Amino acid sequence: MSTGTSGAEQSPGGSAAAPGEVLLDVTGLKVYFPIRSGIFFDRTIGHVKAVDGVDLSVRRGETYGLVGESGCGKSTFGRGVLRLNEPTEGRVLFDGVDVATMNGENLRSMRRRMQMVFQDPLSSLDPRQNIESIMTEGMHAHGLGGGGSTRRTRITELLEAVGMSASALRRYPHEFSGGQRQRIGIARALAVEPDLIVADEPVSALDVSVQAQVINLLEELQGEFGLTYLVIAHDLAVVRHISDTVGVMYLGRLVEQASSDDLYAEPLHPYTRALMSAVPVPDPDIEDRRERILLAGDLPSPANPPTGCRFHTRCPWRQETRCDDDEPQLRELKTAVPDTTTAHAVRSGIAAAPHLVACHWAEDIRDGHIRAKSVEQVAADQGVYIAAEGGLDPAAVIGAGRDAV
Amino acid sequence: MSAPASVRTGASTGQPLLRVEDLSVVFQRKREAATRAVDGVSFSVSPGQTLGLVGESGCGKSVTSLAIMGLLPKRGVQVSGRVLFEDRNLLELSDGELRDLRGAEIAMIFQDPLSALNPVIPIGIQVTEVLSRHRGMKGDVANAEAIDLLDRVGIPDPKRRLTEYAHQLSGGMRQRALIAMALACKPRLLIADEPTTALDVTIQAQILELLRELVVGSDTALVLITHDLGVVAGLCDTVHVMYAGRIIENAERREIFYRGRHPYTGGLLGSIPRLDAVRGEALHPIRGSARDAIPWSEGCAFAPRCDHVEDDCIGQPPSLSTIAGGHHLRCLHPLDRLPETEILETTG
Repeated sequence: MSTGTSGAEQSPGGSAAAPGEVLLDVTGLKVYFPIRSGIFFDRTIGHVKAVDGVDLSVRRGETYGLVGESGCGKSTFGRGVLRLNEPTEGRVLFDGVDVATMNGENLRSMRRRMQMVFQDPLSSLDPRQNIESIMTEGMHAHGLGGGGSTRRTRITELLEAVGMSASALRRYPHEFSGGQRQRIGIARALAVEPDLIVADEPVSALDVSVQAQVINLLEELQGEFGLTYLVIAHDLAVVRHISDTVGVMYLGRLVEQASSDDLYAEPLHPYTRALMSAVPVPDPDIEDRRERILLAGDLPSPANPPTGCRFHTRCPWRQETRCDDDEPQLRELKTAVPDTTTAHAVRSGIAAAPHLVACHWAEDIRDGHIRAKSVEQVAADQGVYIAAEGGLDPAAVIGAGRDAV
Repeated sequence: MSAPASVRTGASTGQPLLRVEDLSVVFQRKREAATRAVDGVSFSVSPGQTLGLVGESGCGKSVTSLAIMGLLPKRGVQVSGRVLFEDRNLLELSDGELRDLRGAEIAMIFQDPLSALNPVIPIGIQVTEVLSRHRGMKGDVANAEAIDLLDRVGIPDPKRRLTEYAHQLSGGMRQRALIAMALACKPRLLIADEPTTALDVTIQAQILELLRELVVGSDTALVLITHDLGVVAGLCDTVHVMYAGRIIENAERREIFYRGRHPYTGGLLGSIPRLDAVRGEALHPIRGSARDAIPWSEGCAFAPRCDHVEDDCIGQPPSLSTIAGGHHLRCLHPLDRLPETEILETTG
């Protein structure tokens, strides 16, 4: 790959899709974990619905960012796609092939094309293997890279591509800093010439200065190797920076999806709005100006998600009708900011993704027909008591719509 | 829920409550070279003021806070300098005197609330312990006060929570419980070490709002230790940037964010992907990692990573000099201006 050939051309049996065509197509993916109880009888008393029906597609050459808070199922989604956690239901098409129907050798060779980069680079690298051994293991397994010396040349090239020198080959993971380990983890993923890289929180364990290096590296490698990324992260600013398309997850469901620019310009789902308003910006004037949409309480249990819209228990825009009992499906809303869309398409060569939102009242909220309630009101409606001695200003939420970012 | 800046910035002009003067912490193990984790750090905080101590891992910000609180182990650690809380030097107090101050006048919130809470004792007992130790409250009186405290920090159903254990609470609730304990005796100084780092952003927003109210409402002095410049921008009055144990730049927060001069400050700001940035711009990271720092005795510790390094940066350590009122800088070749990020305009 370092000589400029893309992974697609070399992939055996892969009907190499052109840039912009769908590479990964997920429909109705569900991943449930059983809750077991009892000492003698191992009964299943319920399920944690970590991923509960997610449709999503990633196009070749695109970076799809999946964002959400802890417990929303974003990591499980990534693992479900790779069948590291067996999906309970749903279909995962990778380059037109149903991943669920594969087994044994087929699955193994398919996994070469879908690699993962993990959050914690220290625990995802074997402490007793040196870097050369870590990097060649996958190549061995898939019969790539030829004999010893060509393989050595190849991994040296890869290490250089991620900004490290050949002197690393004989060293062990503990000898490197966190940023260097993450570079090694990325080089290892690249060694088997994948088409898709699923990166689960690739930078969240790193210091900010190093985080920026790794983000830039991921972007450079994408251009160099023609990679497609599914980046899973909790940091909306990182996701927005790196992704072409952003999907927002809440409690096992995708609640909104849009091109990165559209999502910022016009977040439609109340949860996305709250999330955006909560991300701190390193700029005092903006921090002083912006209005925060505070959410009441914590994430409900994914074992027993709320009926209707899953966000209705915390939503400042909840309405009396529909929200509590009618689960909203993703639907397309035409965006009102076309100029950013064009700019985006020009830049990446991939058309902006349609703006999808799962909210009954998205238009009314956008147009200001429905006003937000204060965090105390939401809490009171739900029978949750939130104290607010001297402070939580109910006025702050009101009118905190478009300007809340 | 942001309060306008004018409400809190420079809310108090009174005497500093805490003055840290030339604080140094050296870790010395047998047969090993000494590590100077904190190297001549000085700052002061007044009531109603929030001071931010910013830096990456290993820069000495947490050790500074532990030294102020007297929580470093006695053996193998040398602490020098002065930590004046009003007129008393905390470094010279006996253990007993320190225990009277800690929890009563000075309180601390830690990054990881699960390890800061005792896993085998109910939350309620951990809160009432503080009340009985420092305020002499017992039984029902203490319980009622504990319920009131949990209530004030926004814990739903506080009466039930009193009997629960740390593992039964969510991350945000645990941090609230920890804050409730810290507030139990209405401390005049609160030290928060990465209080929201382990939390999700929406919960972080709730906790920061709580801290903001505390500083404004009860004139508490807050020392906020964090790596997150976004949090600092919204909460702190003055910002001190640390690198390799020393403060390399400090100023009022607008001065730091708009007229910061140190290449490291500029590098940090250039490294952060901003939510409101125009897309397509590459980030401007700092080369290498904090491991590349050289000892201050050999020159500027940041020199190996600095893009503006000159020959005279090596050899003599730069001193902290005043470049404007309240703006101090430790750099021989400062930036003329910070690199600019193009940001998207927000309406209204």
